[in-house]
Amino acid sequence: MLTTMLQATMDLAPFAKLGAGIGAGLAAIGGGIGISGIGRGAMEAIARQPEAIGEIRSNMILAAALVEGVAFFAIVVCLLVLFI
Amino acid sequence: MSLKVRRFLIFAAIVSTVVFSAFINENSKNNSSPTAKSEATASEGTQNEKFNPGVMIMEHVLDAHEWHITQFGDYPVVLPLPVILYDQGKFVCFMSSKFEHGTKSYLGYKIEEAAGPNNGKIVRALENGETDKAAKLPFDFSITKTVFAMLLSLVIMCLVFISVARTYRKHPNQPPKGLQSLLEPVILFVRDDIAKPSIGADRYARFMPFLLTVFFFILTNNIMGVIPIFPGGANVTGNIAVTMTLAVFTFIITSFSTDKHYWRHLVDMPGVPIWLKLPIPIMPFVEIFGVFIKPVVLMIRLFANITGGHIIILGFVSLIFIFGEKNVWLTGIAGPFSFLFMIFVYCLELLVAFLQAYVFTLLSALYFGMAKVGSHH
Repeated sequence: MLTTMLQATMDLAPFAKLGAGIGAGLAAIGGGIGISGIGRGAMEAIARQPEAIGEIRSNMILAAALVEGVAFFAIVVCLLVLFI
Repeated sequence: MSLKVRRFLIFAAIVSTVVFSAFINENSKNNSSPTAKSEATASEGTQNEKFNPGVMIMEHVLDAHEWHITQFGDYPVVLPLPVILYDQGKFVCFMSSKFEHGTKSYLGYKIEEAAGPNNGKIVRALENGETDKAAKLPFDFSITKTVFAMLLSLVIMCLVFISVARTYRKHPNQPPKGLQSLLEPVILFVRDDIAKPSIGADRYARFMPFLLTVFFFILTNNIMGVIPIFPGGANVTGNIAVTMTLAVFTFIITSFSTDKHYWRHLVDMPGVPIWLKLPIPIMPFVEIFGVFIKPVVLMIRLFANITGGHIIILGFVSLIFIFGEKNVWLTGIAGPFSFLFMIFVYCLELLVAFLQAYVFTLLSALYFGMAKVGSHH
């Protein structure tokens, strides 16, 4: 009942934009935490075995791209909220 | 000054002039709502409209029926592109210059400028120029900006690769030189680090043409998308229809290179306890959903990475003009910072160009490899 009253009295579009902004921020936090975990693992692995640095580097970049993909899904959803 | 430093300074001056002239002239596009005079001084030239970064960014990222290159004062330099429509059983072709930047209707068609689901598309128009709301939209096969840029990059790819292949055929067993030595390590990288480990050394050769094509197509279009002047600067791989087509190709090839154990394992996968399959088939549902989700994820990853990168670059450049509208002296502070950030994001975009091509190709190769499951795993 409260939501119907709210919808009748005000246009909810600004809240949608607020939601999109907060969502994008959360996506950035999630992506940051994910990729920092990958970076930490890669640094420790290189420290343990410096001669494997090539393999470790390519695997790290691959994992980072996949994690960033997930963060980008959230960004796409926020953009959809903003423009649709 | 030494010769190297002088050459670098001249090059940097030319590049920055070109880049900034291309962006500065965007300000005087006729936006749909011409607003009040701006407070800026001569930094934007003779424009009266406020700089609208959202509109400018969206115009760069989205598709259009003409290629807007730059603007000299009030005179826009535009490359009109052919409009090809199929409506009511017949083809209609004309150049998009007849639309006069979306203001006029021609032959009963016009570009819809009212906000709504049809904004920017070609719709049927009545005699007085209004939209015929009852008519269906015509099938639009036009050569738009994205299609034209894709054809350009295809021409570049064909020139490069056919000449390299011809060199290999005419002079076999010779050390590579020139364009060959640029491409050979990359092609071998795709074969040895992407195809062979993912698909297996015995059957990777069948998939190599597709993997190489997809890798270089994505790479070429990514790089052309970041070049700020014509003929670069069109957002091909950031167009979700293009990435959807590539993902559909991966899906079709994966589905056709399976053996019968693949389909059996979708619903009855080994090593999973029985209560996850019956009575509520959780794992089969997840697996079948995954068959369709994996290409969709490929599509969204590439689209979002490239479009996001373009938006960020354009956003940093817009910062300069936003600050400039407040107070032209602020550009002295905002300008260098924004410029440096933009250069940093450009380098990041180059890395992303290679990375996204690599990730798309690698995941496609992995899906091809996983399609052939042995009988005992």
